Amino acid sequence: MPENQDQLLHDITNREYEHGWSVDLDAETLEPGLTEETVRFISAKKNEPSWLLEWRLKAFRQWQQMAEPHWGLLHYPPINYQSLSYYSAPKKKPELSSLDEVDPELLKTFNRLGISLQEQKMLAGVAVDAVIDSVSVKTTFKEKLAEKGVIFCSFSEAVQEHPDLVKAYLGSVVPIKDNFFAALNSAVFSDGSFVYIPAGVRCPMELSTYFRINAMNTGQFERTLIIADDDSYVSYLEGCTAPMRDENQLHAAVVELVALNRAHIKYSTVQNWYPGDKNGKGGIYNFVTKRGNCLGDNSLISWTQVETGSSITWKYPSVLLKGDGSKGEFFSVAVTANAQQADTGTKMVHLGKNTSSTIISKGISAGNSNNSYRGLVKMAPSATGARNFSQCDSLLLGSTCGAHTFPSIEVDNATGKVEHEATTSKIAEDQIFYLNQRGIPTEKAVALIVNGYCREVLDQLPMEFAVEARKLLEISLEGSVG
Amino acid sequence: MYMLEIRNLHASIDGKPILKGLNLSVKAGEVHAIMGPNGSGKSTLASIIAGNEAYEITEGDVLFQGISLLDLQPHERAAAGVFLAFQYPVEIPGVSMMNFMKSAINEIRAQKGQEPIEASAFLKLVREKQALVELDAKLANRSVNQGFSGGEKKRNEVFQMAMLDPKLAVLDETDSGLDIDALRIVAQGVNALRNSQNSFLVITHYQRLLDYIVPDVVHVLANGKIIKTGSKDLALELEAKGYDWILETDQA
Repeated sequence: MPENQDQLLHDITNREYEHGWSVDLDAETLEPGLTEETVRFISAKKNEPSWLLEWRLKAFRQWQQMAEPHWGLLHYPPINYQSLSYYSAPKKKPELSSLDEVDPELLKTFNRLGISLQEQKMLAGVAVDAVIDSVSVKTTFKEKLAEKGVIFCSFSEAVQEHPDLVKAYLGSVVPIKDNFFAALNSAVFSDGSFVYIPAGVRCPMELSTYFRINAMNTGQFERTLIIADDDSYVSYLEGCTAPMRDENQLHAAVVELVALNRAHIKYSTVQNWYPGDKNGKGGIYNFVTKRGNCLGDNSLISWTQVETGSSITWKYPSVLLKGDGSKGEFFSVAVTANAQQADTGTKMVHLGKNTSSTIISKGISAGNSNNSYRGLVKMAPSATGARNFSQCDSLLLGSTCGAHTFPSIEVDNATGKVEHEATTSKIAEDQIFYLNQRGIPTEKAVALIVNGYCREVLDQLPMEFAVEARKLLEISLEGSVG
Repeated sequence: MYMLEIRNLHASIDGKPILKGLNLSVKAGEVHAIMGPNGSGKSTLASIIAGNEAYEITEGDVLFQGISLLDLQPHERAAAGVFLAFQYPVEIPGVSMMNFMKSAINEIRAQKGQEPIEASAFLKLVREKQALVELDAKLANRSVNQGFSGGEKKRNEVFQMAMLDPKLAVLDETDSGLDIDALRIVAQGVNALRNSQNSFLVITHYQRLLDYIVPDVVHVLANGKIIKTGSKDLALELEAKGYDWILETDQA
C-alpha cells in the first residue's frame, strides 16, 4: 500500500470511543477486596438460600487455589483482585409498574445508547432485562412471556422464585473449577439473566439484555443461565457498551445454555465495551466463559458474536454435543483496532453420534491490534459419524496489526469428518479504488468492504440487531464519522 | 470550454515513464476513440483520469470542464461526473449490487448537497437501466461482480454508467473478452446514453467495437503520446494495415 493509504487507515482506525460517559446513579458500592466475608456479604445481600452460599464458598476456595491462565496471545499488566470492588447496586430499587417510574438518569443512559426501552417495547417487540451494574432494574414483557410459561427474569429473582431449576442446572455446563475466571464468577457473581422455555414453546419474542458497566472500580460478574426444554425455541440477544473510564475494568461473565431434546437456542452478542484509548489504557478486560450443552438428541445451539470492544477479549463460546444428532454453530466477527487484543474462538466437543458443528470466524485487525482465533474441534470415540466444517478468515487493515490462527483438531473416531479452511488477506487497494470511482469516499468504502466480508455472520443476527451491528462495524473502523 | 482537456501529460509508475507529453481535447457531445498497441499507455491514461494514485504525474494537467482533476480525490471526480468502466472490474464479496449502487448514488448526491434517493425512485432507475443493457435482474442480488461471467462484468460496468449518468465516461477496453452479442448490447447501452451534453473516451485495441460505437474522432496512442488523429476511417485503416506503418511514420 502507498503511504497515504496507510495514513488514512491509521487515521480512521484511531477513532475515539463514541459511547463514553459516566452517569451518577448514586450507587451503593462495596469496599475493594475479596475474602470469604465478601462472598458471604453478596449472598446475604441477595437473601440467598444456604445451598447457594455453600456453592459460592466452594467456588471461592477453589478459585484461591487456581492461577490466572496465560496461554492466550494477550499481554496486560497483572490484575490485583484485591483492589476491585465486588458489589455495587443502584440505591433506588423500587418495584416498577411502568417505564415512567424508571430513574430518569437511567433512561437518559439508554437513550444515549440509542436503545429506547419505550421504543423497543412498542416497536421491536423485544423484552429487555436492563442490567446496570449488578442489579436488574427493569424487566419488560414479563407478563406476555408468562402466558406462554416462559420465565425471563434476573438471576437473583430466579434464585428466589425458581430455586429448583437453578439448583438443577447452575454449574452443570460450566463447572466451578472449569477455569480461573469461571471459579471467580461462581464465587462473586452479582446478577444476570435467567431463562426457561417450557417444552414445546416457541418463545414469542427475542429476549434481550443490555449490559452496562457503570460504577468506578467495579468488577462485573454476570451469570446467565438459559434452559430450553424439549422441542422449544429461543433467541437471546446480548448487547453491551460501557462508559469511558481511566482504569481497567475486569469483566468475567459466565453463560450456560442447556438444550434438551430437539430444542434450539440461538444466542447473539454484540459487544462494544470501551476498548481503551489509542494505547489501550482504560479499556475493559473481558474474560468470559460461554458454553452450551446440547444435552438432548437433535438439539441445536448457535452462537453468533460481533466483538468490537474491550481492550482484552478472552472468549470461547463453545458447544458440548452430547445428544445424538445435535448441532453446534459458531459465527463470529471480531474487530480489533488501536491497541486492542482479542483471543477468541470456540470449542466444539462431539460426544453423541451424528453430531455436527459449523464454525465461521472472521477476524478484522487494524491499527496496532492483535486478533487471534483459537479453536478446538474434538470428536470423542463415541461420536460416530460426526462432522465439522470450519472457516477462519482474517482481514488486515494496514501493516502494523496482527492476525493469528490456532486451530486444534482431535479426532478419536475414524468415521469423523473435519474440514478446515483458512484465509488471511489485506483489504485490497483495487477494491477501494473501484468504490472511490463510483463516488464512495475511502472511509465508507472500507466500511462497505468490511461489512461485505462479515456478511455470512451478520446475516445470522436477528434483523434489528444486524442493523446495529453494521453500524457498529462502521463506527469501529471509521473514526468519528458514522 | 472542453469537456476534457489534457495538456502535455507526463506520468510514470515506480519511476518508469509511461505517458510522455500527451495532448487531447474532447468537446461535449463527442465520442473519441483511443487506439494503440499493447503497452502504449492506454489504460494508464484511463487510470489517471479516474485518479488512481499508483501513478505519479510529473508534468502537465488534466482539465475537466476547465477544472484540474489532479486536485480532486477519486470520489470527488466521480461526483463531478467522471466515470471509468474498468477493464478488470473487481469483485467485492458480500456487498450486494443494490447496496453498492445505492451507496454510490447517495454518496454522489451527498457531495452535491442533495438528499438520499427515494427507495421507489431508486428501484425504478435500476429496472430501467437493467433493461438497457439486458442485465439479468438476478445479478442485482449478487455480490458486486462475484460469480459474473466476463461479459456480465462488462455489461455491469455499462449498467453502472447508466445509473450514474456521468458527463465524461471512459471505457477501458470494455470490448475485450466479449462475444459479438455482448459487444452489441454494450454498444447499444453506450449509444442510448450518448447526447449533446456528455462525452465518451473509448479505449480499445480493436476496430471492431467502433463498428457499433461510431466515434467522432480516432486517436492513435503509442509510446506515451498521441501520434495520429483522424476520423473514424483511421480506425479502418489501422485494422487493415496494423500499427507498424504509423509507428514507422512517427519515428521517421
